[in-house]
Amino acid sequence: MGRRYQSDSAREMSGQLARTRRDFLRTAAGMALGSALVPSSAFAEAGAALGKRKVIVVTFGGGARDQETFAPEGQENIPHLVRELIPQSAFFTQVVNRGILGHYVATASLATGVYETINNFASLPPEHPTVFEYFRKDLKRPSSDAWVVAPSNGFNRIGGSSHRSYGPGLGANVILPKHLLTAALSKGRGGYEHLLRDNYETPSYYAPELGGGEFELQQLDRVLKLSVDDFKAHALTLSSPDELSLYIVRQLMREVAPSLLWVTMHDIDIAHAGAYSLYIEGIQRTDRLCSELWKMIQSEPQYAGKTTLFILPDFGRDADEDSGGNGFQHHRTGDALSRTTWMMALGAGVRGGVLFDRPLQSTDLVPTLGAMLNFSAAMAEGKPIAELV
Amino acid sequence: MLPSDLRPEQFAGYPPEARKLVTNYLPTLERLPLGFVPSLLREAIEYDYKFPLERRAIERELAKLQSLSPPQAEDWFQAFGQIRLSSELEHFDWINSPAQFVEQLSTHLWATHQLDAFRNAATSYGERLRTAVPPEAPPVARLGIAVIGQGAGAHDKPLFRKLRAQGAYYSRIKPENGLKQLLGVVAARAKAHPVPYGHWYIDGGEQVEHDPALTCVSYGALAPVRAALLRKIQAETDRPGMGPEALRTLLARMNPAELGINTGDAVLDRFRVKLLTEASGTQIFSTTFAQWGARESLRRAQPCTLLVRFAPRQKQRPMSELLSAIQESAQLDPAGSLVDADFGAYYNWLNQQRLPGAEQSSFLAWFEDHGEALAIGPGTPRGTESSTEADLRQVLSWIS
Repeated sequence: MGRRYQSDSAREMSGQLARTRRDFLRTAAGMALGSALVPSSAFAEAGAALGKRKVIVVTFGGGARDQETFAPEGQENIPHLVRELIPQSAFFTQVVNRGILGHYVATASLATGVYETINNFASLPPEHPTVFEYFRKDLKRPSSDAWVVAPSNGFNRIGGSSHRSYGPGLGANVILPKHLLTAALSKGRGGYEHLLRDNYETPSYYAPELGGGEFELQQLDRVLKLSVDDFKAHALTLSSPDELSLYIVRQLMREVAPSLLWVTMHDIDIAHAGAYSLYIEGIQRTDRLCSELWKMIQSEPQYAGKTTLFILPDFGRDADEDSGGNGFQHHRTGDALSRTTWMMALGAGVRGGVLFDRPLQSTDLVPTLGAMLNFSAAMAEGKPIAELV
Repeated sequence: MLPSDLRPEQFAGYPPEARKLVTNYLPTLERLPLGFVPSLLREAIEYDYKFPLERRAIERELAKLQSLSPPQAEDWFQAFGQIRLSSELEHFDWINSPAQFVEQLSTHLWATHQLDAFRNAATSYGERLRTAVPPEAPPVARLGIAVIGQGAGAHDKPLFRKLRAQGAYYSRIKPENGLKQLLGVVAARAKAHPVPYGHWYIDGGEQVEHDPALTCVSYGALAPVRAALLRKIQAETDRPGMGPEALRTLLARMNPAELGINTGDAVLDRFRVKLLTEASGTQIFSTTFAQWGARESLRRAQPCTLLVRFAPRQKQRPMSELLSAIQESAQLDPAGSLVDADFGAYYNWLNQQRLPGAEQSSFLAWFEDHGEALAIGPGTPRGTESSTEADLRQVLSWIS
């Protein structure tokens, strides 16, 4: 239903962005246009035939623009994506987010397949069923089979919706590693408030109170087989919250091996503080962490060969040319650059080295996951991506 | 409450000049849609603290709206009238809190998928207004200067990458007394063209000696204000129930006296406070402060001359350092700050080019205490490089 809201000029701009990505990828990563190859259904069937298929979704969180990523001048910031992952991926050059461009609400929209309208800054669950609830209810999966790892403390309600037919008891487990670390270090917040900073959009870093549903500290040992001391010791070797998230993801993959795992990165959102070099560092780190995650998938027996990995930003950031914004710093104008992103899928059931130009919506992800994993995303507004299912 | 219900006494809470302005144009406001009027009031309520050029712009806008015939007004505001508003918005105290209304309106537009429609309405209105009431041309061709990289050594990537296509790159600048030369040129322009708030010097660190004719804002001079602000933020965020939106609203309402600013220039004091309370990052990163300060001075005061000197910002400490027990004093990050400032210089140029007279404007970016600079002027060949040895005063004379 959201398609009609985008103006003609914005639609044209989205198309131009997609063409720019396509041209770059065809030269830099040696990819072919999807229409030039054999139908994807053969690959999809091959993937579906694999037993115990697993899916990991990574949001390249915080929003990154073309000029710092896929444009020629930006490729130096994403060497791992360009050289390692994209050549193996089905790459979609034009994924448009027509919803609200706030990180929590946009991620909730990605996870429900509906453009959610909940308050981005409130501790509220999505109003529509999440992918985790569809997955668990339809396939009768236990709670241990669906997990969310998110560094941002505002994401503690992302695991399950307020929908009366789903909701509590059917959602995903949610781990907020930063919050966990703060609890581990201080048994409270005294002295470590800076670790909770994750809402870069307010004038000063702001750490919201949690509204429940998050992974409790004592579960570190019981579920992740990780002592608080080991957790703290390892955290002392890391440089960012997203690195901490990846550490937790590794433990989760080894000890629990969920079939549906959603990882929200957030380091890039330091851009709201207005320091360009820190924004670039965030992109470079996220690029590296995506590569490390892919390697982890290949090296973990429970995941190797049967996992499909999706990587996509929740949205972009404002264009330099839009006088209503301040360029990379925010995502407030709703212009085409801030709405148009990309998505890559790689691994089990995906034909790699192919790029697709046609426009998708970010709400198409959940129905696609449904088609891949055999559950019905009944209330999602998007459509399954034919090239992947 | 709709604009058609407006009465003069409802503006009793406005500052005196703003009240007088708005009540003079009440019949004009009464016939405009609710989707538009609060945006206008958001500017008008600040009238007493606006720069002279901003004041004239509001006066001319209101005069133009007053002159519209009913069919013309219908034509101008039809698109705004079609924006669907909620009853919560209609009952909001948008007269006394227009800025908060606009924030709520923004949320509503996102949630109801009306953002594009509102953007189109606003863009169309802006174009009509610019045609009917052309913005004021500057009395002299504008000059922007960005001094970047204070304290930074060698860099591993070329500087001025975003600007090179627009002008000439100089590789053999004589850096001696460079800042003094630049401030001298700026002061000379201020004396030759004495426009109130027309010639600015913004420093991301400690301000250096400069001509009193310049409007000066510096990160260093505001250190006590920033500390006071951060204490207030900390106190507020510790209160139960405080959320990001409430915090933002609270900050937007802060006035200079609350933060201990009173230089005798109420307009500039208000500007300084807004730099710290309405932006992200300006409180903690000097490079963000300098870039945002430049953006806001250009957008609002539209100076004829603007010199922005970036200084090293504090280092963003990695998590491992934050976790260690050692409480080190803030370290600086000259290398990262050079990257920030290089991009900030590009934004300064972009924002300058959005102003009237852009085709005559000049711009200079200089790597402080080094030999590299980038110059843009009406006659400067684009995308060129020069190895001619020159000082900054000479380069400025070539591009203006």
